[in-house]
Amino acid sequence: MTDTALAPARLALVGNPNTGKTALFNALTGSRQKVANYAGVTVERKEGVLTTPSGRVIHVLDLPGTYSLRARSPDEAVTRDAVLGRLAGETPPDVIVCVADATNLRLVLRLALELKQVGRPFVLALNMYDIAQRQGLRIDLEGLSREIGAPIVTTVATRKRGIEELVAQAEALAGSMPMGENVWHEPSAEEIRQAHSEAQRILRAYVRPPERPDTLTSRIDNVLLQPVAGLLILSAIMFVIFQAVFSWATPVADGIDTGFVLLGELVGRVVTNELLRSLLVDGLIAGVGSVLVFLPQIIIVFFFILLLEDSGYMARAAFLLDRLMGVAGLHGRAFIPLLSSHACAIPGIMSARVIDQKHDRLTTILIAPLMTCSARLPVYTLIISALIPSRVYWGFINLQGLVMFGLYAAGLISGLVVAFVIRRVFWRTASEPFMMELPTYKAPEARNVLLNLWQRVVIFMNRAGRIILPLMILVWALSTFPYPPEGATGPAIDYSFAGLIGHFIQPLLAPIGFNWQMSIALIPGMAAREVAVATLGTIYSVGDVEGAGGAVLQHIVGSQWSLATGLSFLAWYVFAPQCVATLGVVKRETNGWTWPSVMFVYMVTLAYLAALGTYRGAVALGWG
Amino acid sequence: MSEALVLEPAVATADTVADIIDLGLLSARRIGARGTIVRVHAPDDELERRLLELGFVEGARVEILQEGLFGRDPIAVKLDDMRVALRRREAAAIQVRFDHAGASA
Repeated sequence: MTDTALAPARLALVGNPNTGKTALFNALTGSRQKVANYAGVTVERKEGVLTTPSGRVIHVLDLPGTYSLRARSPDEAVTRDAVLGRLAGETPPDVIVCVADATNLRLVLRLALELKQVGRPFVLALNMYDIAQRQGLRIDLEGLSREIGAPIVTTVATRKRGIEELVAQAEALAGSMPMGENVWHEPSAEEIRQAHSEAQRILRAYVRPPERPDTLTSRIDNVLLQPVAGLLILSAIMFVIFQAVFSWATPVADGIDTGFVLLGELVGRVVTNELLRSLLVDGLIAGVGSVLVFLPQIIIVFFFILLLEDSGYMARAAFLLDRLMGVAGLHGRAFIPLLSSHACAIPGIMSARVIDQKHDRLTTILIAPLMTCSARLPVYTLIISALIPSRVYWGFINLQGLVMFGLYAAGLISGLVVAFVIRRVFWRTASEPFMMELPTYKAPEARNVLLNLWQRVVIFMNRAGRIILPLMILVWALSTFPYPPEGATGPAIDYSFAGLIGHFIQPLLAPIGFNWQMSIALIPGMAAREVAVATLGTIYSVGDVEGAGGAVLQHIVGSQWSLATGLSFLAWYVFAPQCVATLGVVKRETNGWTWPSVMFVYMVTLAYLAALGTYRGAVALGWG
Repeated sequence: MSEALVLEPAVATADTVADIIDLGLLSARRIGARGTIVRVHAPDDELERRLLELGFVEGARVEILQEGLFGRDPIAVKLDDMRVALRRREAAAIQVRFDHAGASA
């Protein structure tokens, strides 16, 4: 007994969505958590560790929420296979904890009846028990426990109540309960009906309905789900998120940027070897800086997502936007990724995981980089101020502003059109029914929000950073090597691989009006869109484009580029995948190079066609 | 009830109308409609099972709480003691015996 008592045990948390399962997981394991993906799928795997008072180590797995073991999505398939102990690469759990919202037992009882068929020992955790008591809900715990054949523990995860007892119960089961026979099979419609009436019978026998049922949620919904007022409130919330991602993140991101430039200068002074200095300063430090610079936006976006999810509002937003987004074949929840992508596609693509359905999520990821991100603004600003006259029409419409607005609209509209085409042409049959629970409103728990926020940061740094950093260093190497020959007169980049590639692809880009300077700028511009401006500055030898060089560059572009060329460059930047970080994060989020490749090809194609059309049209209008 | 209708078919007054069973699809009704689910049937067995799993089962109480702005779609319904959002297309699989406005509680 002593040997087995100290052997580590495995616990798996199963439950309906919105039952506070993750809060219970956090209460059990605290910060001892690890987030990764399950082998071969993009489903997130959350595991934590706890040590019982007796010294036994327990591994806790937080499985995706589900209403049934009959899985429909990859997430639910993971839950089913983990419970049945047949998930590849996973040790089967010793004990299952079925997490229930004590105020909403009907559906979870049916799930518990399914778990009973599996034969694995399980505990029913009646979470949010304080709310049930406050509502005057009476549950005959002993009777209910007898009926479902499993011990019951009442918990309040957010206050850490009942946690010790739950651990004790699970540990006792892990040591003593023999495995029963697994008689579970996928239930037919008729069997689901039977299970429902069985659950209904149990409910009638052991649960007395609340004396003071919750009316707050209904009252809030009367306003928030109201078609017109609800949409107005949602617009206001979207505006706040947009503002926050755009303006709150900028000072911090700028601070990180400046910090890394200073660090680079400092290192540059110490290291004298020119190659080593370039590798450290321009490659490594600048590369790490360019990964870290995304953090403020990621934190802000996920902060809002967690508030919306935990409060229960996210489902309402999806309800209000379902029809609107549905026109383009998008899920109602796609508003978060698309909104965030207007600041930066990196947090946008990461946040697409709020969408459960695989095809809906992939469609959203594919169009996210078409939204006008803030890194395009320096490019747009340069071309517009250099080539578009500042003319005012009807007293208030400035031509330059109009072009900028047109570029934003072009990004958004083309994104929606691409989504429409993907859903109507390629994934016609994959249309998912829209059905979701509108959970009871709850105040978000600070601890949970912070813990989950921290996990996002770790995931980004660990997984995305590992892809983005090498790509950044690759772009640096291409732009640096080989060195210019002795006595060379042109800018150094002209002699590098980037220069060679630029000259090599220039004939391909000539039909869309690009000169060789522009063609070369596209290569380092893969590190981030705004880098193209700095590279143009280098090629035209104007010095620092953020200082006095900016005006000089603007003058050079204004005098040496035709309007047609400038417009073509703008059209290119609306569509082109000029950002390796985006491709890297798509690789991470979709678990492979297939989707980043698809994204790269379709965006380059659109960019080329758009630039070609723009250039030819402009030349025909005499702007060549 | 059907007996009463057979006996006095010609004199359907306001009172007897209230007793006529008001059967209909959940998808065809407006805000405020409420009743008891009598049949859940979708041509697609998968959809039927999903509706059942979410609690749309014979005997459950439903009430339409809200409708979307565009085409009055989707709808938010109260389903026993929970709330669920779904599109009218899916709600067409749910047949309901609606409480009649004139019926006494």
